[in-house]
Amino acid sequence: MIETKNLKRSFIDGEVETPVLKGVDLKIETGEFVAIMGRSGAGKSTLMYQMSLLDEPSSGEIIIDGQNTHLMSPVQKTKFRLEKLGYVFQDYALIPELTAVENVVLPLLMNGVNKKETYKIAGESLVKVGLEKHLHQLPSQLSGGEQQRASIARAIAHQPNILFADEPTANLDNESSRTIMKIFTDLHRDGQTIIMVTHEEEYGRLAEKIVRIDDGRIIGIEKD
Amino acid sequence: MLNYRIGLFLAKRQIRRSSLWTNVLIISVMVLTFLNLVVVSGILVGLIQGAVDAVRLHYTSDIIISVPNNKTYIENSPAVIAVLNQEPRIQSFSARYLSGGTIEANYKEQRKDTDKANTASAGVAGIDPQAEDRVTGLSKFIVEGDYLAPGDYDQVLIGAYLTKKYLPIDSPGFAALDNIAPGTKIRLTLGNIQREVTIKGIIKSKVDEINMRVFMTDAQLRSLTGRSDYNVNEIAIRLKPGVDPNTVRDALIGQGISRVAKVQTYADAEPKFIKDMIDTFALLGNLISSIGLVVASITIFIVIFINAITRRKFIGILKGIGISGEAIEISYIFQSFFYALTGSIIGIITVYAVLEPLITAHPINFPFSDGILVAPLLSTLMRMSLLIIATIFAGYIPARMIVRKNTLDSILGRN
Repeated sequence: MIETKNLKRSFIDGEVETPVLKGVDLKIETGEFVAIMGRSGAGKSTLMYQMSLLDEPSSGEIIIDGQNTHLMSPVQKTKFRLEKLGYVFQDYALIPELTAVENVVLPLLMNGVNKKETYKIAGESLVKVGLEKHLHQLPSQLSGGEQQRASIARAIAHQPNILFADEPTANLDNESSRTIMKIFTDLHRDGQTIIMVTHEEEYGRLAEKIVRIDDGRIIGIEKD
Repeated sequence: MLNYRIGLFLAKRQIRRSSLWTNVLIISVMVLTFLNLVVVSGILVGLIQGAVDAVRLHYTSDIIISVPNNKTYIENSPAVIAVLNQEPRIQSFSARYLSGGTIEANYKEQRKDTDKANTASAGVAGIDPQAEDRVTGLSKFIVEGDYLAPGDYDQVLIGAYLTKKYLPIDSPGFAALDNIAPGTKIRLTLGNIQREVTIKGIIKSKVDEINMRVFMTDAQLRSLTGRSDYNVNEIAIRLKPGVDPNTVRDALIGQGISRVAKVQTYADAEPKFIKDMIDTFALLGNLISSIGLVVASITIFIVIFINAITRRKFIGILKGIGISGEAIEISYIFQSFFYALTGSIIGIITVYAVLEPLITAHPINFPFSDGILVAPLLSTLMRMSLLIIATIFAGYIPARMIVRKNTLDSILGRN
């Protein structure tokens, strides 16, 4: 479960302070598939960055599985992200010098899993997203859709408590987007908690809950 | 340990899959830096070492027995020579008679009373031409004319610095003979004895002592000076290959030669200023090398900084997915280490397999010495360690600067 309490985030440029999140209270239960939607600049990505511990809120609290992340040091947060969270970025964010399987192996190795086991798990993860024929290809040798699937494989290989996805279909054609969303719905069906930021209604509707955000505030929550 | 494992995992792949030309460029910089560290100082020291070696090879040889300061010759020289003949570690030796004298050329020309005679002061050495050639290879330095033969009578070899043609400086205080060549007759004066002799050859060497001498056969000099006791002034001794000169020197001293003569190895006989010059040039070499080291560090810093800054987004992603900053920093340390080590290894191969043998076989022709490359392995390894340490720091600092930046800012490319 993840919960935010009066979450605020402002950006300061010189003497000008721009509030982006203006006090967000949100609760997402384990196993939910939540889409955060809103117009450009509404604060949806900023909210996701706070919840996924990639950024520091200006004030407020984020509690994940009962742990108040506000009290964690940067090193503890990195370890927490490694163990409990998974990320799918808009632009795939694969490491260009690593093959698909090595990209997936890397966080597993960091988790202390032995080398042989990491390659086994990474292989299974890539099979799950349909990349069994591309294990040893570099990101530059994969299409956009394949890269995003590799990115999902990396995000789920260590079985995270929460999977965050930031506009995962924004750079993809329709067919690839549908493939990606199919993977997400399958993962959700298997019990994976997913928090996805999107501006595409068609894909947002695949989630069981839509959190609508505007001007840094939640303006509505729609349940399936 | 986990951080090292991840660091190595990332570094190996970054090196393997980065542009070949980038790797070649960085390694080339490291090789050149290594050569700058080792070769520049090695040549500077080698320049003097070449001169020292030349003195050893062509003048003192491995051991030199000379006249004590309070004597005019080595007393009982035949007994000393008998000891040398019995010493199995000696390959050959050359006994020399020495005398101070003057030489004069063009003395048959009519001169005004105000004209200065064409004279020069010279040390005159009476040698056994064959023995001298075996010990010092003197015949190799004939630049004009021919070498002495044992039976030569009234024939001399003249050192190049006693001729204006070969004297490198033009100074009124440095007298030399003009218009002379092999076949020219000159007047040799030893004390109150004067004899007309013919120049048989001119000798030019990188050893000044040779360039300033007149050589004639020992029998000739003995007859000129009236020395019938066979007491010589100097004995140069060449040892068999691999023999330590110190042990032979000690053995000769043990046999009582030191009672009548100074027994020195070539190193003992080196003037202190030569040792000081070697130290000075080594220091200069180290200073130049230090600048090279700083330049290399800056180069690696820039290369790694550019690499890290262009990969800032990926560094952010690595941190984002939970890879520790330390592991990322270590990956850059491994990369720097790889470049420094590879550069150094190629540098070592270049120095010891190519440059050193090449320069030894074909010394650099400096005006006063045949310069060689002096690169003792221990000193080379120390410089290699310095280079690696400097490179690691130069790689670590920019990596740390980028890794410490905010993770999200790195991912999004925000400043």
